[in-house]
Amino acid sequence: MRITQHPILSFDRGKELHFTFNGQPMTGYEGETIAAALHAAGVKVLAKSLNLHRPRGFYCAIGNCASCQMVVDGEPNVRTCITLLREGMRVETQEGKGRIQ
Amino acid sequence: MRELELLIIGSGPAGLCAAISAAASGARVLILERSFAPGGQLIKQTHMFFGSERQYASHRGVDIAGILLKKLEEYGDRVELMCNATAVGFYEDNVVTVLKDEKEYFKIKAKSVICATGAYEKSLAFPNNDLPGIYGAGAVQTLMNVYGVKPGDRVLMVGAGNIGVIVSYQLLQAGVEVAAVLDAAPKIGAYLVHASKLARMGAPILCSHTVKEAIGTDCLEAAVVCRVDERFQPVPGTEQRFDVDVMCISVGLSPLNELLAMRGVEMKYVPQLSGSVPLRTENCETCIPGIYVAGDASGIEEASSAMAEGYLAGLCAAAALGHVPEDYEARRQEYLRQLEGLRSGPVGERIRAGMKLSAL
Ligand SMILES: Cc1cc2nc3c(=O)[nH]c(=O)nc-3n(C[C@H](O)[C@H](O)[C@H](O)COP(=O)(O)OP(=O)(O)OC[C@H]3O[C@@H](n4cnc5c(N)ncnc54)[C@H](O)[C@@H]3O)c2cc1C
Ligand code: FES
Repeated sequence: MRITQHPILSFDRGKELHFTFNGQPMTGYEGETIAAALHAAGVKVLAKSLNLHRPRGFYCAIGNCASCQMVVDGEPNVRTCITLLREGMRVETQEGKGRIQ
Repeated sequence: MRELELLIIGSGPAGLCAAISAAASGARVLILERSFAPGGQLIKQTHMFFGSERQYASHRGVDIAGILLKKLEEYGDRVELMCNATAVGFYEDNVVTVLKDEKEYFKIKAKSVICATGAYEKSLAFPNNDLPGIYGAGAVQTLMNVYGVKPGDRVLMVGAGNIGVIVSYQLLQAGVEVAAVLDAAPKIGAYLVHASKLARMGAPILCSHTVKEAIGTDCLEAAVVCRVDERFQPVPGTEQRFDVDVMCISVGLSPLNELLAMRGVEMKYVPQLSGSVPLRTENCETCIPGIYVAGDASGIEEASSAMAEGYLAGLCAAAALGHVPEDYEARRQEYLRQLEGLRSGPVGERIRAGMKLSAL
């Protein structure tokens, strides 16, 4: 859900970027974080918790809390709320601690 | 290992002003910022600032960040700003370890360090408070105002302080419905201007109310709210259900300053400053010479005081490194006067009490 009309702000969205989420093709824009692009596409569950495997979304959006950690291009524990989207990124839901590949 | 004069951790209003002030005196400065862009909380603040003229009141927060960054450019290569760089450790020999781009890990050793790391949003305990869809109010503000993404269709705001009320107003501006704004206190904490704007737009503010539980399987679907008595205990039989897909938690901030505690700086829990804070002199220096703190990291206040503290800490840190400008004492007195002004009157009473308790 992107804001298209706003009384005081205008959003200059950058170039359209293509990435995948759990293998599914998605689009986002240059200049936005992975978490913002996913949220805009309706994806709120980013990870599963360590012990009880409960769904996790972002919480702070400024890199403080680790709630948004995902596996990005095979690398686990990437804070997706402060990591910018890049063309061709492979983004995956993280289960627990994640594994270094 | 890279060695340098002055390291500033954080590029919010406090860190940027500290850098401007220190560089103006002639110090060489490196600023670390964990995000990909500088500005701290300012970049998501699209409302006109309250405060005094000198701290850019009636500018929008996001524009203030631009003004400060422009000023910083005047000092050319004396200032380096490194983004995507998180300070993760701070050791006895003033070595700071840095994680850059979530990949590179290296050490920096600085003669002097200013910690301007800001704050974190508190959370609230209730069943299912971890469901996706339940976010910090500041996080929702970032998502909306920086990225232009709606958090959802219908929001319950928990907390009617300045942040809760301002973000509720901004949610309405973004076309999101605000089901209600709750506060456990019997009256709202926000400035009246902001609260009345919200009331005019038809968002109900429920005082003496709290969240009892969140409902949902994968994401938030609804919230149960109830009334609380004078002792903040839930009143049975007053439950109300709101079907919402977003809940914003806005129950205050706490200073983010674990790096200072790790370094061995003496800390103290001061409720008036909203958490554990370092003891410091009036020049913002902690009990370890050459280590300073400024902004929300030293106690939750406002951007205006964060800027004044930043200028003061930058001036004093540079002077201790041998960069003493001719008008050092006049400037120092000026920043102290600004801070005193910002903390005056009944609104500043808590902060004044907090400052006393954390003074070295
Ligand atoms: C909704 C809202 C409305 C507000 N309205 C006003 C207002 O109208 N007027 C006013 O005066 N104030 C206002 N404030 C308060 C103001 O924004 C803050 O007090 C101010 O931003 C604090 O500045 P700071 O530099 O201390 O911290 P911040 O702005 O939080 O900056 C800290 C920076 O440090 C970085 N950082 C943290 N840890 C690390 C690390 N380990 N390594 C590297 N970088 C790190 C962070 O990413 C961040 O960029 C408002 C705040 C909010 C949330
Ligand atoms: S949401 Fe808190 S670190 Fe990303």
